[in-house]
Amino acid sequence: MHDISITEPWLGQPFTGFENYAKAFRDGRFWHSLGFTLSFSTVTVVFELVIGLYLASIANRTFRFRGFVRAAILFPWALPTITNALTWRWMFNQDYGLINGLLLMLGFIKEPLNWLGDSTLAYIAICIVAIWKTSSFMAIILLAGLQSIPGNLYEAARIDGAGRVQMLVRITLPLLRNVILVSLILRTLAAMQAFDLMYGLTQGGPGNDTESLPMYIYATTFVDMQWGYGSALGVLLFIVLLLISMIYIKWLYDGDR
Amino acid sequence: MATGKEAAHDVFQKSLFYLPILALVVISFFPLYWLLITSLKPLTELYAMPPKLIVLDPVFQHYRSVFEQPFGEYYRNSAVVACYTLVLSLVFGYMIGYAVSRLRFRGKQLILLVVVATSMFPPMTMVLPIFVALRDLGLINSYIGLSLTHAAFGLPMIIWLLSALLNEIPKELDEAAYVDGASRLRTFFSVILPLSGPATVTASILVFVHSWNEFLFSFTLMSKASLRTLPVGVMMFQGEHDFPWATISAAILLSVVPLVLLIFLFQKKIVSGLTNGAVKG
Repeated sequence: MHDISITEPWLGQPFTGFENYAKAFRDGRFWHSLGFTLSFSTVTVVFELVIGLYLASIANRTFRFRGFVRAAILFPWALPTITNALTWRWMFNQDYGLINGLLLMLGFIKEPLNWLGDSTLAYIAICIVAIWKTSSFMAIILLAGLQSIPGNLYEAARIDGAGRVQMLVRITLPLLRNVILVSLILRTLAAMQAFDLMYGLTQGGPGNDTESLPMYIYATTFVDMQWGYGSALGVLLFIVLLLISMIYIKWLYDGDR
Repeated sequence: MATGKEAAHDVFQKSLFYLPILALVVISFFPLYWLLITSLKPLTELYAMPPKLIVLDPVFQHYRSVFEQPFGEYYRNSAVVACYTLVLSLVFGYMIGYAVSRLRFRGKQLILLVVVATSMFPPMTMVLPIFVALRDLGLINSYIGLSLTHAAFGLPMIIWLLSALLNEIPKELDEAAYVDGASRLRTFFSVILPLSGPATVTASILVFVHSWNEFLFSFTLMSKASLRTLPVGVMMFQGEHDFPWATISAAILLSVVPLVLLIFLFQKKIVSGLTNGAVKG
C-alpha cells in the first residue's frame, strides 16, 4: 500500500504523489497495455462501424420476420461480456473447440490452431469477439440516423442517374455524419475500457501480451494491492479518454459551422 | 419464356437480399446453439474432434451438476440486485428527470452537465474509490451497496431518457390539473406517471439488463461466495486448471434465459431506448 493521498493533494502531500506518475512513464507494462488498448480500440471500432452500417441498412428495409432479425441483432448486445468471453473461450479451444473444428472440416487449416496461446492469434480472437458483440449496438444507433433521412432524396438522386456507391458517399454518409461520430465516441470510450472480455477470454495471456490498460489497473489495485499506483494509472486512463473525447467533440462541432 | 426469366431473376434478387439476413441470424445465434449442444452432450462426445453439431442422445447430467453448486443462490442474488437497482434508478431518475423538465431553478444546466460528465468516468478508475467508500459505510457484501453502484452507473442514461420523455408530455396537462385543484404530487402520480408508462418499461429493461450483466463491481464488491451474482458465479465454475465445459455451458445458458426472453418480447422497445439515449445524449 503506497501513499494513497496522491489523488487527494489537499491532504497536504501534493508532491509525494508524482512519483507514481513518473513510475508509470518508466513502466514498460503500462506502455504495452496502453498500446494494446489503443490498437484494439482502433481495429474493433473501424470494423464495427463498417459492419454496423451494413446491418443498419439491412434492418432499415421492410420485410417479413423483421422482429426476429431485430432480435438476432440485439442478442449479442444483451449477452453479458464476461459470459460471452467464456463461451468464445470454449469455441476457440485448441483441441475440442468449434472454430478449429469448422476450419478443419472446411479444409482451411491442416493443424488445429492454438488460438489463445499465440499472441497474434489471441489478438485476432479478442477482436473477433468484440466485433461480434458490439457491431449490433453500432447498427442500432446508425439505424436511427438512417430512418431520419427522407427517402425522396434517394429518389431524386436515382432520377439524376446516381449509382449506389455515389448515393452512399454523397447522401448517406454526409447526412449520417453526426450520428456516426456520436456512435464512434460511445464505442471508442467503451472499447478503451474493455476489461471483462480479456479477463474472460485470455486472462491477458499469453504472458501479458493481450493485457489491456484496465486489466493492468485491476491487477495493480486488487492483486498487487498497490492502491496508490493503481489510482495513478486510473487517472492516466481517464486523461487519455478525455483527450480522445475532446478530439471527437471538436470534430463534431467543426462540422456544424 | 420471358416471364420465366423474370421469375428466376426475381428469385435471384430475393435470395440476394435474404442470404445476408440468414447469415446474420446464424452468426448471431450460433454461440447459443453451441452452448446448447455442449450442455446436452454425453462426456464421450464432448471431446470429439471434429465436434459433432447435432446431439442425438441428449443427457441432462450437466444441468444436475450446475445445481450441485449454489447456482440457485446466484440466481436469487442477481434478481435481488437487479430489482433493487431498478427501484433506485426509477425513483431517483424520475425525481431528477421531473425537476429538470418541469421546474425552473438556478444551476439546471450545471446539473445536466454533471450528469453527462459522470457517465464518462471509466468504471475501472471508480472501482477503488467506491470500494473504499462502501467499506467505510459497511456496505461491502451487501445487496444495497452493489445496487447503489449499479444504479449510479445507470442513472445518467435513465435521466436523459426520462427527462426527454417528460419534455414530450405537454405542460398544459399539468396546468389543467392544477386548475382543477390537484397538488403537484397528485398531478405527477395521476397525470404524468400513467402517460410515461411505455418509456418507463424501456428504461427498466435497459437498467435490468445492465445490472444483470455487470461483472466488475459485482466481482469486487461481493467477496462472499454466497452473495455472488450470476456472471461472477458462472466464472467460478472453472477449477484451478480444468474447465468442465459442459457444466459451464449449461450454467451460461440458464443464466441468459431472462435476457433472451426480454429481447424477444421487447426488441422494439429496447431499440427505441438505445437510440433515444444515443442520439439525444
